[in-house]
Amino acid sequence: MASLALSDEILMSVDKPARYIGNEVNMVRKHPENVAIRFVMCFPDVYEIGMSHLGIQILYDMFNQREDVYCERVYSPWMDLHHILKEKKIPLFTLETQSPVKDMDFLGITIQYEMCYTNILQILDLSQIPLFAEERTEADPIVIGGGPCTYNPEPLADFFDLFYIGEGETQYNALFDLYQSIQKQGGTRREFLRAACKLPGIYVPSLYEVTYQEDGTIAAFTPKYQDVPAKVRKEIQTDLTDAPYPRNPLVPFIKVTQDRVVLEIQRGCIRGCRFCQAGMIYRPTRERDVDMLKDCARQMLEHTGHEEISLSSLSSSDYSQLSELIQYLMDFKEKGVNISLPSLRIDAFSLDVMSKVQDVRKSSLTFAPEAGSQRLRNVINKGLTEEVILNGAGLAFEGGWQKVKLYFMLGLPSETEEDMREIPRLADKIARCYYEIPKDRRNGKCQITISTSFFVPKPFTPLQWTPMCTKEEYLARARVVNEEMKAQLNRKSLKYNWHEADVTVLEGVFARGDRRVGQVLLKAYEKGCMFDAWTEAFDNQKWMDAFEECGVSIDFYNLRTRSLDEVLPWDFIDCGVSKEFFIREWQRAQEEIITSNCRQQCNGCGAAQFQGGVCLEYQN
Amino acid sequence: MNIRIKFQKYGVMKFIGHLDMMRYFQKAIRRAGIDIAYSEGYSPHQIMSFAAPLGVGVTSDGEYFDIEVKSSKSSQDAIEALNQTMVEGIRVLEYKRLPDTAKTAMSLVSAASYLVYVKSGYEALAASIEELQAKVEAFYQEQDEINIVKQTKKQEINMNLKPLIYEMKALNLKDLQHLHEVQVENPEILASCCSQSLEQDETIHSLSVPALYLKVCTGSADNVKPELVLEAFCQFHGLSYEPFGLQIHRLEVYAKSDEIPVKGEKERQQYQQFLDHWKKKCLQQGRPFPVFLTLGELGEEIEG
Repeated sequence: MASLALSDEILMSVDKPARYIGNEVNMVRKHPENVAIRFVMCFPDVYEIGMSHLGIQILYDMFNQREDVYCERVYSPWMDLHHILKEKKIPLFTLETQSPVKDMDFLGITIQYEMCYTNILQILDLSQIPLFAEERTEADPIVIGGGPCTYNPEPLADFFDLFYIGEGETQYNALFDLYQSIQKQGGTRREFLRAACKLPGIYVPSLYEVTYQEDGTIAAFTPKYQDVPAKVRKEIQTDLTDAPYPRNPLVPFIKVTQDRVVLEIQRGCIRGCRFCQAGMIYRPTRERDVDMLKDCARQMLEHTGHEEISLSSLSSSDYSQLSELIQYLMDFKEKGVNISLPSLRIDAFSLDVMSKVQDVRKSSLTFAPEAGSQRLRNVINKGLTEEVILNGAGLAFEGGWQKVKLYFMLGLPSETEEDMREIPRLADKIARCYYEIPKDRRNGKCQITISTSFFVPKPFTPLQWTPMCTKEEYLARARVVNEEMKAQLNRKSLKYNWHEADVTVLEGVFARGDRRVGQVLLKAYEKGCMFDAWTEAFDNQKWMDAFEECGVSIDFYNLRTRSLDEVLPWDFIDCGVSKEFFIREWQRAQEEIITSNCRQQCNGCGAAQFQGGVCLEYQN
Repeated sequence: MNIRIKFQKYGVMKFIGHLDMMRYFQKAIRRAGIDIAYSEGYSPHQIMSFAAPLGVGVTSDGEYFDIEVKSSKSSQDAIEALNQTMVEGIRVLEYKRLPDTAKTAMSLVSAASYLVYVKSGYEALAASIEELQAKVEAFYQEQDEINIVKQTKKQEINMNLKPLIYEMKALNLKDLQHLHEVQVENPEILASCCSQSLEQDETIHSLSVPALYLKVCTGSADNVKPELVLEAFCQFHGLSYEPFGLQIHRLEVYAKSDEIPVKGEKERQQYQQFLDHWKKKCLQQGRPFPVFLTLGELGEEIEG
């Protein structure tokens, strides 16, 4: 049995020592001396969050299929262990072999949300790897970033050697082969990076130069050398059926967020909501074949022993073989397997399915109208109408449901006070639906929960040029909603949740920031910011001080309306959807015109260049 | 059909807590294809109950849980299927059928035995086994009462440990034969399992370290954690008590032999007859009737 990096004394004194010992079911064991490349995959948040991430499970399995690669894992040590590692100068270690992270050839970090950015610095710091890419030597691992946030990697540019833009299934093999061939030639880190930047999807930030105009906007973003590509096109796995997918996913000992088999049924979304980055960057929508999914589901359940399976996609109802797949999974119900169906559109079919797989009394229905009024829903291209919501809720109430969750965003472009007030009014109409049912056929009160988040414009969306609100303005809007809610007839059946706006402001800066905000990140980390996604750890004052000390203006990034011809920090990335399309969609948003979904009609977004998924469907 | 499963827990698995071990086995049972019975209702759960929770940091050769199955493989096949899917640090040792009216392992638990040794890098309890034995005698045999103050969440309780410690002695870890003397039942199995799991533990720097053997009252009524005894022992001898420096290793969990382990009038009578018969046999053969039975001894092998 491998010896642990931490002593019994340390492990017995920290919360949940199981986070740090590895040894999980289906953990891959290899002898490090038998492989050419040692890779450590990192999710920069606590174990329970990181272990719930499907992407790492896919790549972990795919990398370890290669005999010459050993892929291990590391997650952010929780704050208790963080302080011990710092104090005792114990280098951060991998879970599998408990080896120092700094001894690996690659450190791959998946970047899923902005509020984990300080944790990336924590990982590098605890690993005793220089934070700045330019200070790393031949002895340090190549630090790779991947995941959705790399569609604007610029705030992190100084800390990474390279970014992998797009889906991991396609280019890692080429990257590993390249690494080995350069190693064999005795090549340096620099030489490897210079060669790697020519692989599709690979962005090496140190090979580009950014200049700024007097007003602070970008003047030019240019490769430093002629052989460095000016544009980096995202990578995409066109055929998801004939693609790597783990049949033996890791099974953690402690309860993690996603404590179940996760079956990704499709990637991408045909809907084209204008605020949604995922709906744009994962284009075209691609389905996995239903037979492959059945086979995966059966094997994964057998190999993990999980008692639940969850279908994963941005919009499960759009999966064309959904009823066949669910029918198949229903057979596992007898073996005590629960089926969880998130992101389903509420209609007669889904209610029928849901009533079979869950306890209707306990479960709740979820609608995400995102905006309170039809006008604003048209602006964001959210096709959900009030009629559809009320019909769905009515059917559900007839079927025995009593709980409804509603998700909205505040601060969307063009939002008026009337739009805000429509949010609780819609909730009240749903409650009225419930109370229209004769008393003897319903079971007490209904419970309608409204949650609002604040809108953060994301790169590669039609709303990428729009300004955000100030923190005060966001909170004022939440108060309008709250006040209107109290005026509703069924207010006792309504509940309203909203968040603090501090985090939203930071998300805004890092989502659309440029290289200059990297220094704020470092400053905030030095002040002790970490686990910013966790309310118990988040310290806004430290952040505000960091911005102040670095002389970086939040307003420049958040409150400014960007002009359509401004050079955006992420313009060098080709996400497959054209800027012309985003501009067209932004104009239609302003005109409050809905754009049809990819199955109804092709809108010429540009993703057809990938020759896959729904784009080919349309041609047939 | 009721089944009792015995397993070992060692190495890094000692850091996995009791609730997580239950979750681990729920999933392992599915992976191994054991035809376990589920409760009724919308979220059916496996019918499974554990005997005596093991603290985090403690290793064990004698963990038990009961399950209900709809059909069963032979003991040997079931053990094989389970061990195919175990992680390093967990090994299934027994899979036995219980009477249909069996009481749960948890309700039967009355004693547990432990080995306690000092981890490498920490100061030994005594220089030699003889010295340790002398210390044990002074603490255990020679004191009429061992009074301690037990701190619970709500209050402090005065407690006399003496009647709750059934056995306490010093022994050499390398000398696992010693276990034959202290264990009444299945000494061979115990010794072989024990040496295997102890070898996995690298906190042992040498098997010649003098260790303590403890058998204490366990169960819901008068539960004695070995830590309580060790703290009192160290205090008595003016040794500093370092909880991280001592490795506690559970050897076995026992039921009282005179407690009838089944429910139902008829079944109880039958068992009483069996007990009487056994006692008579022991008497005839001049053997003492055991005070305790391991939980595993209450079940029987399922033949292939």
